Amino acid sequence: MTANIVLAILVTSLATYISRFLGALTSEKIGETSKIYKWFNCVAYSTLAALISRMLIFPSGDLSDVHYILRIIVILLSILIFYVTKRNLVYPTILSAIILATLNSFAV
Amino acid sequence: MINLKYFIKGIVCSKKFDSPAIALGASFIAIGALLKNLGFNIQESIFSTFLTYALPGSLVMAESMLIGASLVNIFLAVWLVNSRLFPMTVSIMPLLKHDSQPRWKYYISCHFVAVSSWLILKSNYEEIDRKYRIDFWIGIGTATWLIAIFSTVLGFYAADFLSKDMIIGLAIVNPIYFMCAMIGVMKTIQLSSAIILGAFLGPIFYFFSPEWSVLLGGLVAGSIAYFIGEVYDS
Repeated sequence: MTANIVLAILVTSLATYISRFLGALTSEKIGETSKIYKWFNCVAYSTLAALISRMLIFPSGDLSDVHYILRIIVILLSILIFYVTKRNLVYPTILSAIILATLNSFAV
Repeated sequence: MINLKYFIKGIVCSKKFDSPAIALGASFIAIGALLKNLGFNIQESIFSTFLTYALPGSLVMAESMLIGASLVNIFLAVWLVNSRLFPMTVSIMPLLKHDSQPRWKYYISCHFVAVSSWLILKSNYEEIDRKYRIDFWIGIGTATWLIAIFSTVLGFYAADFLSKDMIIGLAIVNPIYFMCAMIGVMKTIQLSSAIILGAFLGPIFYFFSPEWSVLLGGLVAGSIAYFIGEVYDS
């Protein structure tokens, strides 16, 4: 069964808002300096890091068509550019798209 | 109701040269193009970003629809990938709390929690008067949300002109941006270990369960990092 587009959008947004809303409710009892806040903060950063590395190592969608060697080259070059440009976020971001698009057009 | 000065401050903060808005824009252009190729019309594409405003969730929805998944399956898959928003929300709301502010602001503005807005808030909130931080946050959220919606429209109409290689280039912008931003915030032992452990455990757990890998990896890595920080950062 293929889901109707509008229903799929509603279901997706509901599944997303639940986590945000529960987060807002839970945080009402939590102080900024408490240990539980610190723990949540660590889990938030770790979950994000886990998501980002999963997106790069086991990508879904269009990125999964790119050979993993190319992805690793882009990741390493981006980190290098990030440090060379004194931790600027814009250069590695824009260059990563150009480098990957160029490399991939030669690879196929 | 909402303090305009701080609301605008939040908007301006999101428009800085170095802001995550660039990565956000690029990735939602890719989403707009993807939705068009999936058969969405322009209203549905706008509606999707307007209501969901979370990139991995939209990607999961698109992929599930491609394979003809049921609504229940879409719900579960999206809930799993977006459950990271739970700890993210818990880790910013206490920073915005003030007794004089009404609760509805918190319940509505939690819709704006996404990686980019979260990072903008985390790096700027200390300069803002506590009483008005929630208005500042609503400003950040409105700006990033509008950028996402605008980029979806742009991607939808640009879809016919973008080559496959260009779409692939746009798709890597988001993870690369956030990878560099994460490296940038590794300032304490606790945060550094949270980020490094998370980056390793996420993919490792993928071998056991692709759906649960992000959540479990984050939970285990975050807990270990918390204890490491308790021992070494004090």
